Amino acid sequence: MAPTLGNASLALVRRDVRLVIRHRSEIANPVLFFIIVVALFPFGVGSDPGQLALIGPGIIWVAALLATLLALEGLFRSDFEDGTLEQMALGLHPLSVLVLSKVFVHWCATGLPLLIATPLLGILLNMSVTTQMTLLAALALGTPTLSLIGAVGMALTVGVKRGGLLLTLLVLPLYIPVLIFGASVVLAAEAGLPTAGHFYALGAMAVLALSLAPLATGAALRISLN
Amino acid sequence: MELLEARSLSCVRGTRLLFKDVNFQIRPGEIRQVRGANGAGKTSLLRILCGLSLPEHGEVLWNGKPIGQDRSHFHAQLAYIGHAPGLKLDLTARENLLFALSLQSAHHHVDMGAVLERVGLGASADLLCRHLSAGQLRRVAIARLHFSSALLWILDEPFSAIDSQGVGDIETLLAAHLDTGGMIIFTSHQAIQVSKEPVATIELSS
Repeated sequence: MAPTLGNASLALVRRDVRLVIRHRSEIANPVLFFIIVVALFPFGVGSDPGQLALIGPGIIWVAALLATLLALEGLFRSDFEDGTLEQMALGLHPLSVLVLSKVFVHWCATGLPLLIATPLLGILLNMSVTTQMTLLAALALGTPTLSLIGAVGMALTVGVKRGGLLLTLLVLPLYIPVLIFGASVVLAAEAGLPTAGHFYALGAMAVLALSLAPLATGAALRISLN
Repeated sequence: MELLEARSLSCVRGTRLLFKDVNFQIRPGEIRQVRGANGAGKTSLLRILCGLSLPEHGEVLWNGKPIGQDRSHFHAQLAYIGHAPGLKLDLTARENLLFALSLQSAHHHVDMGAVLERVGLGASADLLCRHLSAGQLRRVAIARLHFSSALLWILDEPFSAIDSQGVGDIETLLAAHLDTGGMIIFTSHQAIQVSKEPVATIELSS
């Protein structure tokens, strides 16, 4: 296998998928966290179906943000500690492209399960089918953005011992735009208003994160390695 | 001709000066052993030389140019084995090496089975690295050098936890690399024999 950039990215994807499969319990944690947080709300705010349907999308979005944040810890930590990150930083290929492979696998392992669990939680919160569909589409467009932005924060804090709280402070404010558009698109759909604008905004944020976040993450990892 | 040059390097960790005014040059066919007490900054020096860390003062030049200026060109000529072996404990030795192969500049047609055989891991090639001993992990890390086509090898404690047979094997490997015009910088507490002449040293003392 020639050490081309494509092969290296593919090898990294294959390696990370293998590691995910050998660590199945770790990927279950964020999605279980997501389900439990959402399931706690009916106990806290009462089980009035109308009220739950009203606040459901917001609850699911906030829980998805927190679950993504929780899962970020696993993104670079082990590579940083066992020296693999040094090898990637000194390898032939740009770190930012390798980062993209890592975030992709990470999203498949931690973001995708959230999408799969969402319809179940939608039923729990008495949401209509159209609402659920809109919410699912918004999550599908928004959670990759969350993973990409989170990767920058994680890269900056990977060298810090107990950097979890710092990561939260860095990353959560950056999640606000995604949360605003992601939650309001559902409200717009329920009110029968056009939703295209919201989806365009979510899409634009995803494209922006996809093009800029890997560069920032690569640079941040080099700083953390120093 | 290829040349790695360190110019008046100094390194500070926290508030402590580890070393200052480290100067040396290394050309194809040459080997240098970095020596110093524990905590003298051997690992820090190696990390500065390969560009992972920045020195407090001074610069590292590859063929006369600062290494940060043309990073990909420098990395294509560099193989680094760090303090941490760079191995995933949940992958087998073979899987780890195949991944490492995709990252670095390597010879064409690498026979991974033969490489594993040569570093004495033929029987444990398909065990998870979690189940290997410290010495075996070091051997897996060293195995990367067997298919590396890099000119400059920077090795941090390549002999730690390795048995005497393995040390001999690595010495042979290093000697062969020097014979083909390679350059090697390494740290070790033991005396190493790669050719008739004693290995030149870089002493670190603050």
